[in-house]
Amino acid sequence: MFFQQIINGLILGGVYALIALGYTMVYGILQLINFAHGEIYMIGAYMGIIFLAFFTAAGITEQSLALSLLLAFVLSISFTSAYGYTVEKIAYRPLRGAKRLSPLISAIGMSIFLQNYAMLTQGATDKVFPDIMGAAGVDFLGIKITYMQIFIIVVSSAIMVLLHLFIKRTTMGMAMRATAQDKTMASLVGININQVISVTFVIGSALAAVAGIMIAMYYGVVNYFIGYTAGIKAFTAAVLGGIGSIPGAMFGGLILGIVESLGASYISSEYKDAYAFALLIVILLLKPEGLFGGSGEGKV
Amino acid sequence: MEKYLRFIAAPALLSLLFLPFGGLKRAVALFGFLAILIPALKGLFRYLIKHKERFIFKMPQIDKKIILIPILLLSFSLPFAAKDYIVDIAILTCIYIILAQGLNIIVGFTGLLNLGFAAYYAIGAYTYAILTARLGFDFWTALPFSLALSALSGLLLAIPALRLRGDYFAIVTLGFGEIVHLILNNWDSLTYGPNGISGIAAPSVMGISFESLNYYYYFVLVITIVALIIINNVHSSNIGRAWISIREDEIASSSMGINTMSYKLYSSAFGAFWAGLAGVLFAAKMKFISPESFTFMESVLILCMVILGGIGSIAGVTIGAAVLVVLPELLREVQHYRMILLGAGLIALMIFRPQGILGGRGVSLRG
Repeated sequence: MFFQQIINGLILGGVYALIALGYTMVYGILQLINFAHGEIYMIGAYMGIIFLAFFTAAGITEQSLALSLLLAFVLSISFTSAYGYTVEKIAYRPLRGAKRLSPLISAIGMSIFLQNYAMLTQGATDKVFPDIMGAAGVDFLGIKITYMQIFIIVVSSAIMVLLHLFIKRTTMGMAMRATAQDKTMASLVGININQVISVTFVIGSALAAVAGIMIAMYYGVVNYFIGYTAGIKAFTAAVLGGIGSIPGAMFGGLILGIVESLGASYISSEYKDAYAFALLIVILLLKPEGLFGGSGEGKV
Repeated sequence: MEKYLRFIAAPALLSLLFLPFGGLKRAVALFGFLAILIPALKGLFRYLIKHKERFIFKMPQIDKKIILIPILLLSFSLPFAAKDYIVDIAILTCIYIILAQGLNIIVGFTGLLNLGFAAYYAIGAYTYAILTARLGFDFWTALPFSLALSALSGLLLAIPALRLRGDYFAIVTLGFGEIVHLILNNWDSLTYGPNGISGIAAPSVMGISFESLNYYYYFVLVITIVALIIINNVHSSNIGRAWISIREDEIASSSMGINTMSYKLYSSAFGAFWAGLAGVLFAAKMKFISPESFTFMESVLILCMVILGGIGSIAGVTIGAAVLVVLPELLREVQHYRMILLGAGLIALMIFRPQGILGGRGVSLRG
């Protein structure tokens, strides 16, 4: 029972971590809480359903499930990234250099807009994701792990490793780290700040899209308001690990997933959503810089 | 050629994004619409900027009394001229004016972004509802408890939260708002959960009940006017000036000898107090409350009133609250599009007029 909950928590946590990475990367570079990020995740989940339904209708799923899934993933990720790019361009870029409150309010506005946009175009009722993988799985030391769960764990770990390599090994990753440290200095050494910010939003949205499709496959339903709660929880995860820190977001997500899963099964499932918020408040009070974050105090 | 491509790039991107959600036909329609709209807006903008001196006109300096007296006359004579429906909206407007002024104290005067303001509103409303509907208190005995409890919750949350910097404070208040909402929904034995509490008492003075709509309107109107006068006086007192100096530069004001921590605590408690009052008035008006009225969206809506009107400006926030209560009523025809318009409106407001309607001189050293 206990280990089963740990596994469930790890799966939930892997998804939170993927979303949290988007928050933490944007915060690291722009010092902006991107409220619309949860909505990007929701858009990703819808894209997954829409494209999978499209390929099923086109008969590709019948011939090869793997091909259909792959196409749906690739297309959903591309479209969701384009959403992230556009959101930044419309709602945040004109406000570069404005007071800090303005982009935050603009982000809240964008979040409301996207949520209602999804509701108006896709309807207010639950959308059902076709059950592709079923409940089959493997037994491992008395713990049942479904193939879906294995899929989620493998995909999220692989993506995190890839992201880590991208940030550490590529020129673009280096430019991102430089921009996060000091925007002015980075632009002085010839880094195109706007391009770096766009890339950050595109990558963050791609990760959120993967998280969205996987969670939609896992739970089987999608709704227009899933973005809000997931967004807040992922943000909690980012703060938990130390906002701005990429390994922090990964660990923060996993810890949050496990806490929530254990809390729901051992304390009370009614307050399932409250654990994240309670954890958030406790962390901010005890260690506001998070587990992996450096202290940012003393700036005038 | 490249010039034309650039012309259609934005409409093409946006309608491509819309394609999976809206289908081919609607995406093509959107493309056509945007391909005309975006260049038209750009042209208009360029024209306005080129000839801006023609469109800038100085607001004539009008004596405040000349504006205030007709508004007061109008609001006091409203029940004689208008239908019940209008009076109902007017009551709601007054309640939201008090709420928005409360948040304006925290966000506008002191510069602390609070994203869970509906929590204090909920605490005021639920305390009043539980005391009157379940324990048999009357309005005047339940009122002080409700106000004290919401002010206290503002204070208690602020003590730990104020140790945090800007954005983190906003997130802690957001988390607090969510926790209060979850408790209201799940603590069934106290709050009856999602079913809500009904049978809430209406106020009465010297045996005259304010149950009827018109009486209640006058009751709320008088309270709103008193609240505005009090807030205006506090704003121009020592305390108000201390708040403004904290907003403008916290380090400078603490080096001028202002105890910034205690002034920020006053501000939080004082703001929460007005939220509690609005909560009581709301509960007494509706006679029924449920957790649905106190969500994150409610906090955002109150924040929108403050921002639309002009952060820090009392007159502006009053206008902002009135606009955001009345406008949705006027937009009843396009009900489903109200929220999407609100979202788009917020973004546009931040880009084109971040200081709000009357905030032109608000958030500056003048305050």
